[in-house]
Amino acid sequence: MIEILATGPLATIQDLGRPGLAELGVGVSGAADTRSFTLANRLVGNAESAAALELTLGGLAVRFTEHTVVAVTGAPCPLRLAGRAVDMCGPICVAPGQRLDIGTPSCGLRSYVAVRGGIGVEPVLGARATDQLSGLGPPPVTAGQALPVGNAVTGMPAVDHAPQPACHEEPELTVVAGPRHDWFLPEALELLGSVPFEVTPRSNRVGLRLHGPALHRSSAAELAPEPLVAGALQVPPDGQPILFLADHPVTGGYPVIGVVTAADLPLAAQARPGQRVRFRPSEPRGSRCA
Amino acid sequence: MRVLPCGDRAALVELDTLAEVLGMTEALRADPPTGATDIVPAARTVLVRFDPARTSPDRLAAELAGRERRPATRPGCHTVEIPVRYDGDDLADVARLTGLTPREVAERHQAARYVVAFAGFAPGFAYISGGDPALRVSRRDSPRTAVPAGAVAIADEYSAVYPRESPGGWRIIGRTDLPVWTPDRERPMLLPPGTGVRFVEVRS
Repeated sequence: MIEILATGPLATIQDLGRPGLAELGVGVSGAADTRSFTLANRLVGNAESAAALELTLGGLAVRFTEHTVVAVTGAPCPLRLAGRAVDMCGPICVAPGQRLDIGTPSCGLRSYVAVRGGIGVEPVLGARATDQLSGLGPPPVTAGQALPVGNAVTGMPAVDHAPQPACHEEPELTVVAGPRHDWFLPEALELLGSVPFEVTPRSNRVGLRLHGPALHRSSAAELAPEPLVAGALQVPPDGQPILFLADHPVTGGYPVIGVVTAADLPLAAQARPGQRVRFRPSEPRGSRCA
Repeated sequence: MRVLPCGDRAALVELDTLAEVLGMTEALRADPPTGATDIVPAARTVLVRFDPARTSPDRLAAELAGRERRPATRPGCHTVEIPVRYDGDDLADVARLTGLTPREVAERHQAARYVVAFAGFAPGFAYISGGDPALRVSRRDSPRTAVPAGAVAIADEYSAVYPRESPGGWRIIGRTDLPVWTPDRERPMLLPPGTGVRFVEVRS
């Protein structure tokens, strides 16, 4: 078991979510920064999809009841095992009764704690991810809780230490224009690609609510609800874009001016409120008519 | 029909009518394009997610553009009857907005034949299309913070049954005891897209 002694602002159980259920109104959810999440699992010899803890702004204290191996990745936090400093991004061997303390990250937003075997809570619709928008999956983790350990092991930990990805002061995110860039004034796309946008405190796992120059539409037509993807930059009538993350709604009724590429989504998931992000347009592609 | 880019892992097929969306969804499910991993219908669009290791955006767009537009072969062949008590808090407002009496609203709502267009907003929330055009009303100006599970509501061209308590801005005309979302079941959603729906009044 893993005994939760204290949590920071938000600690949730995440895996790779519930892909393929959008038809039922169920979003994918899962780890916001899948790159750091899968690394944590690989470092302890787990299947990449094993459930782990996602910490927002660190701040976790846990005690283990058995011998195990853990790894912490993502936003870099100070770590202490039984009072002694240990490193991020490598397997950490833990003895029964030992306590792991995770501090506040110096940069970035989300850290991942993988435990060998994964967290063994009951899956909901095939996944253990907490979806904050729909409420599916386990509730956020709280002090006093004991979490079971699963058996999602694929091999022995093979790497002692993985490179720690650098924090980006002003991350640059590649955006593919569309599907609804033609609903906006031409200046809107130029603005999006040239001016930084600030991440506001109203951001969460659903999306980054951004603040910057308003992106104005060329038409006031109503958009029928259409499917959304993680990375979509949806623009409500006030012109301030929302960059959707893991817990995004399945459909949305405001036009999407562009979509951040899958490779750059982990950078967006690590952007803190108050930080600024930039968007770089990718090569434009025309639409095809039939 | 247009194929619109939607990032580097999906494309969006835009169609003219809901019937074409249902037809395209059925056709893409029966014979998926190379590398397609998920097919998600909405009101006028169908999202196709793909595995970038197996196809490219250009190849997918070309395959999608070659598809024929046609209505679904058997929309609503599986039909669910939803028992409704027409006593919703917005029934009088809907009557006022449509120039009908509350009784006429209830009768017209039952008389129409419906088919589920797509899901969204919340797990198990079905956008049920095909209602009487005379009952078309906008959403409430101010959404409710809590709509009870089982509320039967209308907005725009759709009807819906709230799967669980949630905020909501649709106009509530009645309620049902029929559960539409049971996540612990193998088929958690009672009304997946393509399902035929009839609303049938029950009187207590």
